[in-house]
Amino acid sequence: MIALLFATLRTATPLLLAGLGGMFSERGGVVNLALEGILLTGAFTAATVSYYTGSATAGVLAAILAGALIAGLHALMSLKFRVDQVVSGVAINMLAMGLTEFLMWIFFDSGSNSPRVDGFSSPEALSGILTEVPILTICALLAVPIAAWVLFRTRFGLRLRSVGEHPEAADSLGIRVHLVQLQGVLLSGVLAGAGGAFLSLNAHYFVKNMSAGRGYIALAALIFGKWHPGGVLAATLLFGFTESLQGHLHISWLPVRFVQMLPYVLTMVALVGVIGRSKGPLALGRLFVKD
Amino acid sequence: MKIALEHLTRSFPGIRAVDDVSLEFTSGRIHALVGENGAGKTTLMRLIYGMLRPDSGKIIVEDRERSFAGSQEAIACRIGMVHQHFMLVDTLSVAENVVLGAEPIKRGGIDREAAREAVRGDSGRIGLEVDPDALVGDLSVGQAQWVEILKVLYRGADFLIFDEPTGVLSPQEARFLFEILRRLRDEGKTIVLITHKLDEVLALADEVHVMRRGGFVGSIGGREADAPTLARMMVGRDVLFRVERPVETLGAPALEVRNLCLPRRRDQHPLSGISFTIRQGEIFGIAGVEGNGQRELAEVITGLRHHTDGEMLLEGEALPPLHPRRARELGVRHVPADRQRTGLVLQMDLKDNLILGEEDSAAVSRWGLFRPAALTSLANERIRSFDVRVSDLEQAVDELSGGNQQKLILARELAHELKVLVAAHPTRGVDVGAIEFVHRELIALRSRGLAQLLFSSELSELLALSDRIGVLYKGRLVTVLNAGETDEEELGLWITGARGEVESA
Repeated sequence: MIALLFATLRTATPLLLAGLGGMFSERGGVVNLALEGILLTGAFTAATVSYYTGSATAGVLAAILAGALIAGLHALMSLKFRVDQVVSGVAINMLAMGLTEFLMWIFFDSGSNSPRVDGFSSPEALSGILTEVPILTICALLAVPIAAWVLFRTRFGLRLRSVGEHPEAADSLGIRVHLVQLQGVLLSGVLAGAGGAFLSLNAHYFVKNMSAGRGYIALAALIFGKWHPGGVLAATLLFGFTESLQGHLHISWLPVRFVQMLPYVLTMVALVGVIGRSKGPLALGRLFVKD
Repeated sequence: MKIALEHLTRSFPGIRAVDDVSLEFTSGRIHALVGENGAGKTTLMRLIYGMLRPDSGKIIVEDRERSFAGSQEAIACRIGMVHQHFMLVDTLSVAENVVLGAEPIKRGGIDREAAREAVRGDSGRIGLEVDPDALVGDLSVGQAQWVEILKVLYRGADFLIFDEPTGVLSPQEARFLFEILRRLRDEGKTIVLITHKLDEVLALADEVHVMRRGGFVGSIGGREADAPTLARMMVGRDVLFRVERPVETLGAPALEVRNLCLPRRRDQHPLSGISFTIRQGEIFGIAGVEGNGQRELAEVITGLRHHTDGEMLLEGEALPPLHPRRARELGVRHVPADRQRTGLVLQMDLKDNLILGEEDSAAVSRWGLFRPAALTSLANERIRSFDVRVSDLEQAVDELSGGNQQKLILARELAHELKVLVAAHPTRGVDVGAIEFVHRELIALRSRGLAQLLFSSELSELLALSDRIGVLYKGRLVTVLNAGETDEEELGLWITGARGEVESA
């Protein structure tokens, strides 16, 4: 039972980080499908950098940087060059898939996976529960109240929400709409990049296309969680739980494939059940253009 | 605070929106800036507020020439503007909306107590009652307008611009707003009120400045001004204010609505037990504060929504729930409330809009293909008969003025034999000249024996045109009054629910 709990926390970690990231982007009105690509890029960057430096911390920092870069590309395309936000996100995801595979050949001479990386070793001093819970998971959980504070209690958060709801109103008060949106998107890159780092460091490998749709599931969790940090936490834990069931649920008559389908089925059910009632930021996906 | 404009000019592609305007807003007075739609009032104010930059000319604030690169610089200069459309974020609280963009900070976060205090201080001083923690989305339109005023005051504005502030207010709320404006003036603030409602100007303004087609026509003291003079200055000719409404004998019932009900749904105001009869040659007005079921009622009758209970009879025959196309074929025509979203396809050109809904009629198409010549002549004929001012048939509709857009819809909807016209806010946002035209047209239809259901938020318009007026309040028809026996005052009480028992008739 305890093992299932820890497994849930671990599988939920990348979803939670990406979901919180998506929240900062979408609260500002920018749809961020690029989360998937950011997770993948983050995973690859963390594995590669920590393989060459031997430092997991360096890997995470590099993944955050890479995530911010990819997010910046999304912001550039959708805010500056007015590309449809969904199209830009999907394009970035395809780019990330090709690019990580290509770079894997260059760095590791393999098309499938990286060599083993150590990841974070549990400090000797910490024992018991903490050894079971990776440091990045703890960071992700701490990020929830911090994100709530930033979103609901700070100047940046207030402006971000105003920009995502009614950019014309924000503009009329002298707020620089696109700048605030850029900050939100970059923050989503930072968080989702860290989420990607967790994927490869926790598995001790980078595997081709290892994000496997988690960016999209994080977006579903964002909707399911009604764009609130606490809601995102609850939704990602639920998704994490169903994904973890695969390793723990053994029912002889139930084919294992059905268990593996659970997270995706649940995503659809959750979205159908909630999407009518869950109201996102009013100006989500609509580019603000000053006349 | 005094602001003088010298030879201010600003052009947009194709038009000179503001053309060599020189005028002075003296300190501590209420100035009315009047003119038809498209006269350049809002553009002029946006120049002062820094949202637009002039092509040439000077803006002189307190004897110093200023050039604002953006509205934040105008705000820093103590200029504030309340926009025609609410610039409020519904999901934020009143206090958050007020401080947005100029937030008080404490320990890295927003000082929420200071924000609340700012709201309480300003609202208390000028006599408004607003809860700082209420969500703006939950407020009534009147209260939302107070929040806009508080926003401007919070930024310390001494020069306050109000762009059509009463458009969405009830008469009582509008009167209260005027009270506030006078109080602000007595505090020494300078107020500019953009409007095209002459009664407001006459009630409130110390000075009146008139614009026409981008140019400045002249100024006149508030006491010396009267409606015919102002209208002549605005339009450039004499304007009839009240269209003659001849006495007509009513014909047979054209539209009967019996106990009509619509359930509450997301995005749908419920209707309960609506019953009325409109006879041929009668205009039945519907009064009410926006969002009390007007849109739903109009859409049920025109087939855009389907009622769940009750019945409708057209010339005595029961109507099943109709598809809008079928409703049009039967002679129920609709001038929708939102002409830009429901009435027209803005990106399409004029002639296509003129035949929208009859694409497959034999008059314009054969075997699924348009007959360009027939289409052109039909469009020309309709444009001529409704005096739509256009440069050519391929012109995009969004380039037309509001008045011409509305004429376009009338030209299309009235081109056929019809029995019932549902006209929702037919003069909203159109200029004085076009209002006169629309009113004449509706009266002419009445003389021809057409039954009309008229929705309007302008009580004076309802009183001038309708034979009877029903008041819609929270989805119920709470009373039906003879237009000749009531006035704005009484209707104002009914539409706000101040007088509210359901009549048992």
